[in-house]
Amino acid sequence: MPRLENCTWSCSCAARGRHKAQLENTTAPLAAKVGEMLSSSVPSPSLTLVGPGARSPSTSSASSTLNLSQHLVQRSVVLFVVGAFMALVLNLLQIQRNVTLFPDEVISTLFSSAWWVPLCCGMAAAVVGLLYPCIDSHLGEPHKFKREWASVMRCIAVFVGINHASAKLDFANNVQLSLTLAALSLGLWWTFDRSRSGLGLGITIAFVATLITQFLVYNGVYQYTSPDFLYIRSWLPCIFFSGGVTVGNIGRQLAMGIPEKPHND
Amino acid sequence: MTLTERLRERISRAFYNHGLLCASYPIPIILFTGLCILACCYPLLKLPLPGTGPVEYSTPVKDYSPPSPAAGLQRGDLGERPDWYVGAPVAYIQQIFVKATVSPWQKNFLAVDVFRSPLSRVFQLVEEIRNHALRDSSGVKSLEEVCLQVTDLLPGLKKLRNLLPEHGCLLLSPGNFWQNDRERFNADPDIIKTIHQHEPKTLQTSATLKDLLFGLPGKYSGVNLYNRKRVVSYTVTLGLRRYDSRFLSSLRSRLKLLHPSPNCTLREENIVHVHFKEEIGIAELIPLVTTYIILFAYIYFSTRKIDMVKSKWGLALAAVVTVLSSLLMSVGLCTLFGLTPTLNGGEIFPYLVVVIGLENVLVLTKSVVSTPVDLEVKLRIAQGLSNESWSIMKNMATELGIILIGYFTLVPAIQEFCLFAVVGLVSDFFLQMFFFTTVLSIDIRRMELADLNKRLPAEACMPPAKPVSRSQRYERQPAMRPATPHTITLQPSSFRNLRLPKRLCVIYFFARTRLAQRLIMAGTVIWIGILVYTDPAGLRTYLTSQVTEQSPLGEAVLPPMPVPGGVLPAGDPKIDLSVFPSDPIQLSENQTQQREQKLGLETNQHTWAQGTEGKGNGQTELGTEAEVTWGAEDEEIWRKLSFRHWPSLFGYYNITLAKRYISILPAIPVTLYLNPQEALEVRHPQEVNRYHPFLLPSRGKLDTEAQPGQTSSKLQGHQDVTLYKVAALGLASGIILVLLLFCLYRVFCPKNYGQNGLSHSRRKRGDLPCDDYGYSPPETEIVPLVLRGHLMDIECLASDGMLLVSCCLVGQIRVWDAQTGDCLTVIPKPRLRRDSSCIFDYQESWDHSPDGKNALDDPLETSHQLKRMLSPPQPPLFCDQPDLTSLIDTNFSEQAKVAESETRLRSVAGRQKETGYDFSSLVGKVYEEHGTSNCRSFASLSAPHGQAVFCGTEEGGCGSRRRSLGDESLMGFDKSSSLPSWGGDLESSVWSLELQGNLIVAGRSNGRLEVWDAIEGTLRSSNDEGQSGITALVFLNNRIVAARLNGSLDFFSLETHTSLNHLQFRGAPSRSSIPSSPVFSSGDVVSCQLTHTVSCAHQKPITALKAAAGRLVTGSQDHTLRVFRLEDSCCLFTLQGHSGAITAVYMDQTMVLASGGQDGAICLWDVLTGSKVSHMYAHRGDVTSLTCTASCIISSGLDDVISIWDRSSGIKLYSIQQELGCGASLGVISDNLLVTGGQGCVSFWDIGYGDLLQTVYLGKSNESQPARQILVLENAAIVCNFGSELSLVYVPSVLEKLD
Repeated sequence: MPRLENCTWSCSCAARGRHKAQLENTTAPLAAKVGEMLSSSVPSPSLTLVGPGARSPSTSSASSTLNLSQHLVQRSVVLFVVGAFMALVLNLLQIQRNVTLFPDEVISTLFSSAWWVPLCCGMAAAVVGLLYPCIDSHLGEPHKFKREWASVMRCIAVFVGINHASAKLDFANNVQLSLTLAALSLGLWWTFDRSRSGLGLGITIAFVATLITQFLVYNGVYQYTSPDFLYIRSWLPCIFFSGGVTVGNIGRQLAMGIPEKPHND
Repeated sequence: MTLTERLRERISRAFYNHGLLCASYPIPIILFTGLCILACCYPLLKLPLPGTGPVEYSTPVKDYSPPSPAAGLQRGDLGERPDWYVGAPVAYIQQIFVKATVSPWQKNFLAVDVFRSPLSRVFQLVEEIRNHALRDSSGVKSLEEVCLQVTDLLPGLKKLRNLLPEHGCLLLSPGNFWQNDRERFNADPDIIKTIHQHEPKTLQTSATLKDLLFGLPGKYSGVNLYNRKRVVSYTVTLGLRRYDSRFLSSLRSRLKLLHPSPNCTLREENIVHVHFKEEIGIAELIPLVTTYIILFAYIYFSTRKIDMVKSKWGLALAAVVTVLSSLLMSVGLCTLFGLTPTLNGGEIFPYLVVVIGLENVLVLTKSVVSTPVDLEVKLRIAQGLSNESWSIMKNMATELGIILIGYFTLVPAIQEFCLFAVVGLVSDFFLQMFFFTTVLSIDIRRMELADLNKRLPAEACMPPAKPVSRSQRYERQPAMRPATPHTITLQPSSFRNLRLPKRLCVIYFFARTRLAQRLIMAGTVIWIGILVYTDPAGLRTYLTSQVTEQSPLGEAVLPPMPVPGGVLPAGDPKIDLSVFPSDPIQLSENQTQQREQKLGLETNQHTWAQGTEGKGNGQTELGTEAEVTWGAEDEEIWRKLSFRHWPSLFGYYNITLAKRYISILPAIPVTLYLNPQEALEVRHPQEVNRYHPFLLPSRGKLDTEAQPGQTSSKLQGHQDVTLYKVAALGLASGIILVLLLFCLYRVFCPKNYGQNGLSHSRRKRGDLPCDDYGYSPPETEIVPLVLRGHLMDIECLASDGMLLVSCCLVGQIRVWDAQTGDCLTVIPKPRLRRDSSCIFDYQESWDHSPDGKNALDDPLETSHQLKRMLSPPQPPLFCDQPDLTSLIDTNFSEQAKVAESETRLRSVAGRQKETGYDFSSLVGKVYEEHGTSNCRSFASLSAPHGQAVFCGTEEGGCGSRRRSLGDESLMGFDKSSSLPSWGGDLESSVWSLELQGNLIVAGRSNGRLEVWDAIEGTLRSSNDEGQSGITALVFLNNRIVAARLNGSLDFFSLETHTSLNHLQFRGAPSRSSIPSSPVFSSGDVVSCQLTHTVSCAHQKPITALKAAAGRLVTGSQDHTLRVFRLEDSCCLFTLQGHSGAITAVYMDQTMVLASGGQDGAICLWDVLTGSKVSHMYAHRGDVTSLTCTASCIISSGLDDVISIWDRSSGIKLYSIQQELGCGASLGVISDNLLVTGGQGCVSFWDIGYGDLLQTVYLGKSNESQPARQILVLENAAIVCNFGSELSLVYVPSVLEKLD
C-alpha cells in the first residue's frame, strides 16, 4: 500500500478552498494591486514554462479587470502544476522508502495507484496559493518579508527537505519525529513567512487537512502502514502546515509577480 | 540598549576595517583563502569516491565458512558485520602471484630476455594448476569441480573471444594472450606488441585486457623493455564457485613446494569480501533531481539579483564557489576531526546549500553597489560591509541558533547534518568575508574603469557648450559661470591625454607587464632545465645511477628501513629473507655476497647492479644475480587494480556484481628463477636483431665495480667519495638555484619591497612607478601641456578653472585657456603705451622708494621730503577739474586742493601712525591732529557720490573721485597724446594675482591694485592708495582683500555697474567722455572701491591670507594670526600660538583653520571660537605649505617631508620623504589624491595610503628645476609653473578612480 500522506494534505485544502473560491475572486484584484505596489520585477520561470499567455502583451488599460482575472487563471494554473508536481515527487519519496529494488515497478505503482493524488494536490495548492495573498489584503497588511523568488525557492527546498527527513531518517520513536518536524515547520514559517496571517492560515490548513485525512482513512480510502495518531501518522499535521506555508509563499510571490508584467510591456 | 548599540558600532567598525583590508590587498587575500580552501579540502582525498565504490569486509581465513543466506541469523554475533554480507559470494577469487626473474643475469642479454622466459613459464604453471587434483578419502577432487564455470562471453566482445576463457573454468593468466599455447608464444616475435594490441588508445578508465589477464596493474608487471629490476610479476587468476578449503590448501602447498618463495612475508590470513553497490535507477533519482532543480532555481534567482557590477556572471560564479567551497571545507574539516559522513552526500548536499544560502553574498553586493559611486573603491567596499554588518551578524546568529536547536533533536542524522551545517556556515562566513568581498572589490574596480572609459568618449563627442545632464564630479563641463561673457570652446583634442586607442592599450599592457620578456625568461629557464636533465652525459643519468647505487630505497622492493651501516646481526631477518637461487653454480658467489653484507654493504644487498664476479668458476662473462623479494606492497596486489576490475571481468560473462560481493582469497606466492640457459633457449631469433644488449651504458660502471681485488674497505671509501660528490653537487645546484632565483627576482620585481607605503622614495626617471598590486600606470598616458610664452620665471599664478592667469617676473600677465592651453590675452609689461598716465607713472616711480624704506622699517621723514620735492607736477592736473566744486563741500574745498598732494605724499607716514580709521571724526580734526588725511583709500574708478560720502571724508571722496576721473580721462588722453612714460613700472612687479570671472586682480609691489579684464586685456580699474606692496590677495565674490607688506589690510568692494551708471559717468566728466567711451564699450563699469582699511592689522608683513566661510584669516611674520569678518572687516580674534612667523594658512568652509609657521609647528584653530584645537610639531624648519582634505591635513616643510595628519585627532598618519630641495608645492585634487611637485615632475599620491600613484615628468631635460607652485583646477587638471613655462597636466588617473 503506497503511502499517501503527502498528497492528502492538499486534498483537504482543496475541499476547504472551494468554499472560499467565491470570496477570493472578489479580493484577488486587491491582492494584485498590493503586489503591484511592492515592486518586484522578477517574473516566474514557471510562468514562462506554463503559460505563454503571461507573455502576451496586454493591449489596453481598459481591460485591466480582464487582465487581472486572466492573471488569476494563470496563477492558479501555475500553482496547480507546482502542487501536482510536488505531490508526485514527494509521494515518490515516500514510496521509495520501501521500494528501491526495481525502479520500473516503482514508477508503475506510482502511476497506477494514485492518479487522483496529484490532481487533488494541485487543486489544493492552487486554492491555498490564491488564498494567502487574498487574506493578506483582507487583513490590510501586505506581506513584505523576503519578497523574492530566491527566498521562495529556498522555502520550497526546505519543505522538500522536511519531507525528505520524514521519509528517510530513522527516528527513535514517533514522538521525536513529530516534535522534530514540528520544530522544523515552525522554523520554516519563521524563516520565510513571519506573518500572523501565514501562521494562522497554516495552522488552520493543518487542522482541517488532518481532520479530512482522518475521515478519509476512517472510510477506508487508503491507510497508513503504522498509524500512531488515531488513523494517521502523527507528523502529518506538521507536513500540512509547512506545505501550506510554502504554497502560500509561492502564491504571494505570484500575486506580486504577475501584475508587473503589463508595466514591462 | 546601549549595549546593543555599542556592539553594533563595534561590529560595524570591524567590518569597515576589514573591508578596507580586503579591498587593499586583493591578490594576497585571494591566495590566502585559496590555500585555506585547499588545506581544508585536503582530508577529502582520503574519502572514497562516493556512490559506486566497493565496500570491503575481511574475515579470517581460518574457520571461514560462507555466511548463511538468512540475514537474521548473524545479527547477534558480529555487530560490525555489514548487512550485505549475506549468503555465498558470486565467486571466490584465488590469485597465484608469480614473480620471476632470470638469474644470474648476463651482460649480453637483451632487454626482452627480462620477461620472455619468465612469461614462458606461465604455461607450465597453468598446466599445473589446471591438473591439480585433491586425492583424499572422499575421492579425487579436481579443479573443474570447484572452479567457476563460465559460459559464453557477451556477444559484443568478439575480439576478446580468443583471449578470455569460454566454456570452462574462469582461469586467467598472461598465457591467454597466446591461447595458453606455448608454441604460439615461442613463435611470437614481439611479445610487447601482442600484449598491448588490445590496450585502448585513449585514456583508460576501467580495467583493460592486460590488467585482466595479468591480474595486477600493468605497470607492476615488469613486462617492458626498461625494466631495471628485471623482475616480472603476473598472476594467475582463478575464479572459484565454492570454497573448498582442503582443495585450496593442497593447491597452495603444492605450488609452494614446486616454486618455493622462502622470503615471502605475505600474510595469508584474511579473506576480503568486496561488495559492489547497485546501479542507481532513474526513478530513485527523481526526488534527488527535483531537489537539485530547486537548488539551481534558487541559485539562479539569487544570483540574478546581482546587478550594477561589471561581470554579473563572474560574481555569480564567485558566490556559488563561495558556497560550494564552504561545503567542501565543512566536510573536510569534519573528516579531519573524525566525523566521517554517513549521510548520503548527494542527497543532503542541496539542503546544505540552501541552509547556508547565498543571501549574505547578495546583501553584500547590493550594499556595496549602493554606496556612492564617486567614492574610492576601498571605501565603497568598507562602507558597504559596515552598512550590512549588523544584519549579517544577526542572521548568522539566528541561523546558528536554529541549527543548534536542530542539534538537540537527538536524531543522529539530523545532528550530523547540523554539525555539517554549522561548520559550513562558519566557513561560508569566512569565505564571504575574505574571498567574496575581495572578488567584489576587484569587480567593482573593473567596473569603475570600464564605466568611465565608456562614458568619456560619449561626452567628448558632444558639443562642448551643451550642458551635460549627468552631474558627475569628474565631468568637465566647459561653461561654469553664466557671467562669463565668452565661452571657451573645448577642443576634443584635449581628450587625447585621457583616451588611448585599443591597440595602444594592448601595447601598453604588454609593456607594463613585460609579458614577452618574462615568457622568454621562463622559457629559457625551462629549456636549460630540460637540457641539463635530459643530457645523456648529464644530470639524470648521473643521479639515477647514484641513486640506484646508493639508496636501497631506490628499489621499491626493499623494506623501507635500510640496515644501519656496518653491523648486520647474524639473526637479521633480511638475511633470512634474501633467498638465493638453489643453483649450485652460484654457491661461491653467494658466499662472497654474504661476506660483503656482513661487512656492512647494505647497499648492494638486493640490487641487481652489484656485481659479484665469478672468481673461481672461470666464467668469462660476468653475471649478476637477482633475487625476488616479497614486500608489503605485494600484499593484496589486487587493491591496486581499478575498482571496476572485477565488475568488468564478470560483466564479460554477463554476471553482475551489483549489490553482491566476491571474496578474494589470499594470493599464493610463486617465485620462479630461471637460469640463463633457459632464457637463451626461449629467445626468438628476430629479437636478437631487434634489441641490443640490455643497458649498455651501465656496462662501464659494472666493469669498474667488478674490478678484481676490490676490497670492502675500498668500497666503503668509494661510497664516501660518492657521498661527497653528491653533497658537492647538491651544494652547487643550491647555489645556482639561489642565484637564479635572485636574478629572476630582480627581473620580475622592480619594486622595492623593503619600503612600505609610509616612506616612498621618489622613483628615478625611467622606472615605472607601480603600486603594490603591480599596477603601474603607463607613464606616457599623461602628457603635460606646456604653455610657453613668458620670458622669465613665472611669479604668480591664478585660476578659476576656466582661465589661467600667470605673471612672470617682468610683470607680463598672460591669460590662458585652462582647457586647451591657448594663450588668450597678453597683458604686456606695465602699461607703457596703453594705459599709463603720467601721474601714476610718476607716482609709482617714486613710490618705489618709500616701499623700499618701508620694507626696511625706516620711518618716513626722508620720504616726506622726497615726496614734497617731487610733488609740484601734480597740482595743476588736479586743480583743473571743473566739476569738483559742485560736488565737494565748500568748507574744505580749498584746503583739500592744497592738501591733496600732501596727503597723498604723507599717506605712508599716516598709515604708520594711525591706529585705525576714525570715520566719524571730522576732516579738519583729522587733518589737524594727525596732519594727514587719508584719501588713498578712496581710490575707485567712477565711484558714486553716495559711497564717497559714506567713506567719511568728503574731500577725500572728492579727491579720489577726481583723481579717478582724471585717471580715466588721462588714460584716454595718453593714448592720443602718447606722453612719454616714466618707465618706472619695470620695478613694480606683480606680487599677487587673483582671478574671478573674467577679472584679474593684480597686486603690485608698489601697492597698486589693478583690476584687468582677462579677455580683452584692458585695465578696468585700479587703485594705488596703498604704498606698501600687496603681498597677498583674496578675491571673493565682489570683495577684494589685499594684504600689504607693512601689515595693513585693505578691503575693497568691486561693483559692476550697468549702463545707467555708465551714462551718468559719461555725462559728468565732459573731457573724458569721448576718449573713455571705447574703454567701456563692453557695457560694464567696474569700480573698485576701498571700503575699509585695517592699517595695522599686523606689526610685520602679512604672509598668508585666506578667506572662507565669511571669515578672513591673515598670518603674519609677527607670529600671530588674525581672523576678520568679511562683511564688516571687523577683527574677531587674534590667534597666538606660534613661535615663529606664519608661513602657511588653510581654512575651509567648516571653519577649521590650520596654520603653519617657521617654527615647524602646525596649529589647528576653531575659527568660531578662536580657540586652539591642537598643536603639532610637524617639521624641522618652516612649514612651507599646508592644505587639508575632509579627513586629513597635509603639510610640507623645508625638511622635504610631506606629512599627513589626521584632522580630528592631530595624529600624524604618515609622512613622505621627498628628494632634497623638492618644492613646497602641494595640491589636493580630490579627497584622496595629492599632488606634489618635485624635480622636474609632479607626483600623484593616494592620500589614504601614501602610495605613489603616478609621476608625470614635465619637461625633457630640466630635472633640476622644481615645480614651485601647483594649482589644482576644477576639471581635474593641475597647473604648475616650471621655470618660465606652465605645465597643464590633466589627471586621467582621477578619472580612472586611481586605485
